[in-house]
Amino acid sequence: MRLLSPVTGKIVKYELRNVGRSRWLLAYAAFFFIVADALLRFGGADKALLSLTSVTLFIVPLVALVFGTVFLDDAREFTELLLAQPVTRRQLYAGLYLGLTQPLALAFVIGAGIPFAMHGTIESKLRVSLAVLLLAGVALTFVFTALAFVVAAFVDDRLRRMGTAIALWLVSAVLYDGLVLVLAMVFANYPIERMLLGLTLGNPVDLARVILLLQFDVSALMGYTGAVFQQFFGGATGIALASTALAFWIAVPVALGLRAFRKRDF
Amino acid sequence: MIAITGLDKRYGTHHVLRGIDLAISRGRITAVVGPNGAGKTTLIKALLGLVRADTGSIHVDGALVGEDCAYRSHIGYMPQSARYPHNLSARELLAMLKDLRSADRPGQPLQLDEELIDRLGLGGQLDKPLRTLSGGTRQKVNAVMAFLFAPDLLILDEPTAGLDPASSGVLKDKILADRDAGRTFILTSHFMSELEELATDVVFLLDGTVRYTGTLDDLLRQTRKASLGRAISHLMTESVAA
Repeated sequence: MRLLSPVTGKIVKYELRNVGRSRWLLAYAAFFFIVADALLRFGGADKALLSLTSVTLFIVPLVALVFGTVFLDDAREFTELLLAQPVTRRQLYAGLYLGLTQPLALAFVIGAGIPFAMHGTIESKLRVSLAVLLLAGVALTFVFTALAFVVAAFVDDRLRRMGTAIALWLVSAVLYDGLVLVLAMVFANYPIERMLLGLTLGNPVDLARVILLLQFDVSALMGYTGAVFQQFFGGATGIALASTALAFWIAVPVALGLRAFRKRDF
Repeated sequence: MIAITGLDKRYGTHHVLRGIDLAISRGRITAVVGPNGAGKTTLIKALLGLVRADTGSIHVDGALVGEDCAYRSHIGYMPQSARYPHNLSARELLAMLKDLRSADRPGQPLQLDEELIDRLGLGGQLDKPLRTLSGGTRQKVNAVMAFLFAPDLLILDEPTAGLDPASSGVLKDKILADRDAGRTFILTSHFMSELEELATDVVFLLDGTVRYTGTLDDLLRQTRKASLGRAISHLMTESVAA
């Protein structure tokens, strides 16, 4: 696969220049900086990490989805201009995707990471947990930007596109875990652990949550699906399985979005 | 140079191109004319691979459109409306295109034609953000981009729309000079007099089909009209009667 050709590299470079000038990106980094800093001031690093995990699982998918759909609208003229050049659609798609995910991921890592670095977490035992949290945020950025591109490919109207993106966020970040809980209550007398496991794999936010809570070893605090996961897999295997599933959650939407992008008329 | 066979395109229920067969030869200036919605822009976008045809094929210099993108390194395109990334300046935009081309063919020096920057008086505007430029000035930037890499084939969609008379004169001189140098042009315009001044060949599109293709002289002779505008309106009334 010639995904990262020199041409893609150039597109990313100019995209970064364009996205990098956006004030929203700065606001995004500042948000995580302020939240992380506040959490560290009012509690210990371990509690701060745990609280920041909830914020991350909530905010990162939302921002990636909204930013992703709006960004593709804004990039439309750029897209048309570049497609008249000797640039393939695959190269351009890779350029647009990386040109957006990189600054978003970087803004998150810098915003959330610096307060912990200043607080000395990097020297403590908690540094692994911090690294896993930052990685999970980066992975969610990649997943939900890819999903935003898929939404943009299939929904033409700008307003409906935004609506679909927000609905997707509501389902995956808010409703899904609740639904799983309801299912578990209703079927409490049946052996449904395997089904719950499957349901966890079906939502990237739950997957990231599972990885994090297995890492922090505090499954009881964070949703029903996580408890099931822990019960089944314990530490390392569970994390590996969830990470693999998360990788699929990046690869499949990227491939779907690319397929639609190649068929599209401009 | 360009061979189009059986080109068909629908947007939903709207049948835009209905089995277009067309040959465009090298070193000619072909005017694509037709009423609004006849399929001119769709045809041009299909040539560039921006629009994917449902059936049929297009070959540009032997290369099948839709397979490889290398053929586009020999095409300069001037779109109908100029809309670019808001924050970039014209200089950055041109630099980006050069950068992309050299990434595409490393080691090969680029052949550049920046003549139009001076002749259109763009020198002082190059460093302003594109969103602050007037429509006409952006159209000039567009023209510079189309000619920038000294391409063999230039596709100009309404090139003089929004340009002042002096600039559109400069652009027309440039087109004629480049044609004498052996370049091929495909033009659309709503100004028939302007097309008459430039074109050697005419393609008349109506409702997504080719109603006439041939030289301008033959068209005038066949319809026994004195101007392209008259000849086209003759063809249109004829199609309505038929």
